[in-house]
Amino acid sequence: MKLTLWTYEGPPHVGAMRVATGMQGLHMVLHAPQGDTYADLLFTMIERRGQRPPVSYTTFQARDLGADTAGLFKQSCMDAYERFKPEALLVCASCTAELIQDDPGGLAGRLGLPVPVIALDLPSYSRKENFGADEAMLQLARALAKPMARTDHVSCNILGPTALGFRHRDDVAEITGLLSDMGIAVNVAAPMGARPSDIARLGAAHFNVVLYPETGESAARWLETHHGQPWTRTIPIGTRATRAFIDEVRGLAVAARLPDTARLRQPWWSASVDSTYLTDKRVFIFGDATHVMAAARVARDEMGFEVAGLGCYNREFARPMRTLAKEFGLEALITDDYMEVERAIEAVRPELILGTQMERHIGKRLGIPCAVISAPVHVQDFPARYSPQMGFEGANVLFDTWVHPLVMGLEEHLLTMFREDFEFNNEAGPSHHGGHAPRPMGLEGAAQPAAAEGGSMPPEDAPLPEPVVAASGEVIWLADAERELKKIPFFVRGKARRNTEKFAAERGVWQISLDTLYEAKAHYAR
Amino acid sequence: MTVLPALPATGCRTAPVLRERGQREVFCGLTGIIWLHRKMQDAFFLVVGSRTCAHLLQSAAGVMIFAEPRFGTAILEEKDLAGLADANTELDREVARLLARRPDIRQLFLVGSCPSEVIKLDLQRAAERLTVIHAPHVRVLNYSGSGIETTFTQGEDACLAAMVPALPSTEARELLLVGALPDVVEDQALDLLARLGVGPVRCLPARRSGDLPSVGPNTRFILAQPFLGDTHAALMRRGAQPIAAPFPFGAEGTTRWLAAIAAEFGVPADRFAAVTDGPRARAERAVAQVAERLRGKSVFFMPDSQLEVPLARFLTRECGMTAVEIGTPYLHAEIMGPELDLIAAGPTISEGQDVDRQLDRVRAARPDLTVCGLGLANPLESEGLSTKWAIELVFTPVHMYEQAADLASLFARPLRRRALLGAAQEAAE
Repeated sequence: MKLTLWTYEGPPHVGAMRVATGMQGLHMVLHAPQGDTYADLLFTMIERRGQRPPVSYTTFQARDLGADTAGLFKQSCMDAYERFKPEALLVCASCTAELIQDDPGGLAGRLGLPVPVIALDLPSYSRKENFGADEAMLQLARALAKPMARTDHVSCNILGPTALGFRHRDDVAEITGLLSDMGIAVNVAAPMGARPSDIARLGAAHFNVVLYPETGESAARWLETHHGQPWTRTIPIGTRATRAFIDEVRGLAVAARLPDTARLRQPWWSASVDSTYLTDKRVFIFGDATHVMAAARVARDEMGFEVAGLGCYNREFARPMRTLAKEFGLEALITDDYMEVERAIEAVRPELILGTQMERHIGKRLGIPCAVISAPVHVQDFPARYSPQMGFEGANVLFDTWVHPLVMGLEEHLLTMFREDFEFNNEAGPSHHGGHAPRPMGLEGAAQPAAAEGGSMPPEDAPLPEPVVAASGEVIWLADAERELKKIPFFVRGKARRNTEKFAAERGVWQISLDTLYEAKAHYAR
Repeated sequence: MTVLPALPATGCRTAPVLRERGQREVFCGLTGIIWLHRKMQDAFFLVVGSRTCAHLLQSAAGVMIFAEPRFGTAILEEKDLAGLADANTELDREVARLLARRPDIRQLFLVGSCPSEVIKLDLQRAAERLTVIHAPHVRVLNYSGSGIETTFTQGEDACLAAMVPALPSTEARELLLVGALPDVVEDQALDLLARLGVGPVRCLPARRSGDLPSVGPNTRFILAQPFLGDTHAALMRRGAQPIAAPFPFGAEGTTRWLAAIAAEFGVPADRFAAVTDGPRARAERAVAQVAERLRGKSVFFMPDSQLEVPLARFLTRECGMTAVEIGTPYLHAEIMGPELDLIAAGPTISEGQDVDRQLDRVRAARPDLTVCGLGLANPLESEGLSTKWAIELVFTPVHMYEQAADLASLFARPLRRRALLGAAQEAAE
């Protein structure tokens, strides 16, 4: 038993739903109690889909448990087939149905439906959402992909994009365009956008492009073994990775052309003098491993940031994550415990967070700017505009998205020069953002009351303690140093405080005076 | 003298009910935790369930909550199911850890889920055991919010019903107001009752555990929410007597609700008129303005919160709408009787759901407005049908006089928006 407040991933059947909902002509029958239909709103509300997910829920109740839940499941399958006439039927159990052990695969298989029935075995009490999506795609490929001749012209499949994926819609468009530029056709992009009949012809492609290993790697490995298709390892997020991806693709398709890079602006935007202020900004990165590993390289090599902490919530990718962290001289944080991530961010006190919607909330609470780079995401992360993360346009988007939350270069100087201006001051926050100033970074006790963003009950916004006054550890701030610290703009105050305390502690100084503060500043100057 | 609008010649109390079963597009009772944990400020709700339960809570809430919310899920893992770990020992450990971290918590609810019910984890015994361990500081109660037993708002019913046996006894003649209301609404209700001279008035649930009401044979209780059938029964088992009334939605509903209390407590008619005439007239004026957009329009209720019948009554009687179908997850004949009397015969009254069939009926009727859950709203909008998400009706202050027009606005806004965007589109073409 494990106490959980917020989760990064849903249960595995939600992953399977992401596959089914992304596809056309497929229907899923989920053996599940009333209430599990909440998952529909992920797609209709968060992603704003105009169709219901193609999922029928058996909706068993307590009184059915002693009776015939298996009969209910069979009826649901027959009704779903009659009503939706899918090309294939996906069947599985949610966490509760797993306990009653009705064997959806066996039951549905014996109905004699005239379409393929694909059963998924999703262990709800040990695995999570990404596993469910990955497994669903693997089983679809195993059940449906037929041996067939390669296309005459060089082509590839794109594997991994699902419904509710972070920017999957635009990434697929961007990479499809990039490949087309190189003279490579996309045979099938799956699961999102594909029909079961498209899955059947996966084998016609010359190789596979895996954009999201979390949800596409098992299928890619199976296709490699059974259809002899090699697959790409590089995730084209950032300019360098996109170039490396192009090289990798050209290794698989020797006749491929080099794509046009006229639209790529990110390297110049990053090199231009206005971006000088980005140098060594300390950034904390957390999310799914694929996006975090890519973002860490972009942050260091293309933005000139200092990666101050990184980690992922999907344990399946802990090994490559740890290896990369080591390369950065860091210890990777591998956890799906939101509170642990919050504590790590508080300890690191970064100037920018690159994370998921959870980290956005952590950032809001701590007054640290945040840009979202990974699922799980909320409705505002499904923009109307074209906004890929991958390819050359993706690199442009990364630059804009990561810089936007920060205080801009000259503004930073002005804030430092005129700290006590009554309207243009430390607490006002970046001037190009409306609304309220971020709250000061706090070291709340665990008993901090909750505060809702909405709803009918009033929020309980307890004022946060002003942390600069409180001494952390055994170091004491003298009054003059403390006053001076308050004059430092909020977006660097945390760092100044932390550096000063570290500096003092290393020298066995337990009282921080004005001198200690400026000694520390000189020490850390760069 | 207070004059109320006449009852229809034929109401819906005896209308045939279309009972369906099939796929239900509804939340389970765990969802009630979203508002209950805000209402009871020293309570913590610990769901004993699966990752699905935790995912539901954060998805259904639609709002993320800063810091640590006063609810969480103890997620069952494989070893809990395989019997390797004693689930009760695990639960005791998690509870001890939680209470150590949250010394402000005085009431802990262990909330059962589908998986905990299926594996027959005895949360009642666990609650008794934990109450002994953590007495006197924390009282531990349990209820089930599982989808196999409860639909959406029934979770609040199960929670309040679980609190009733533990309430202290009293012989005092008191009024008990039952149902979690937003504080602003509860304050308005208490103020009106005070001015009517009705009292003392207690509330269930109370905002803090120290204010929990007592109950006994002289307690008179009135429901403020229509979905509290089990709580109703539990209070009657304690000897308390119910006051039957329509629910306080709209000017008429609020007046009839207050009038039923006034009759029970012997409030003189002139005093009742003096207290209610002003706010009632104000509410009627405000509703009438908003209702302009609703008049003559048709509405279809998909089953969701059990608020459907009272809201259909409000929309048909005070806003001039026509109800095509009034679907509700569960129809409690006794509690809904006074409401059904007020609705003129005509609409289909349906209980339970087979969502695909019901959607066929929606498409056939093409109502001007469909009240439905979040999973159905955008798909219907994309078919050109205006919708109102039902969950907003539970999360917004909509009871009593001063909120009557807000309630009407919730239904009018989707129509107004469609008209605005439609007009803009026409202008552009």
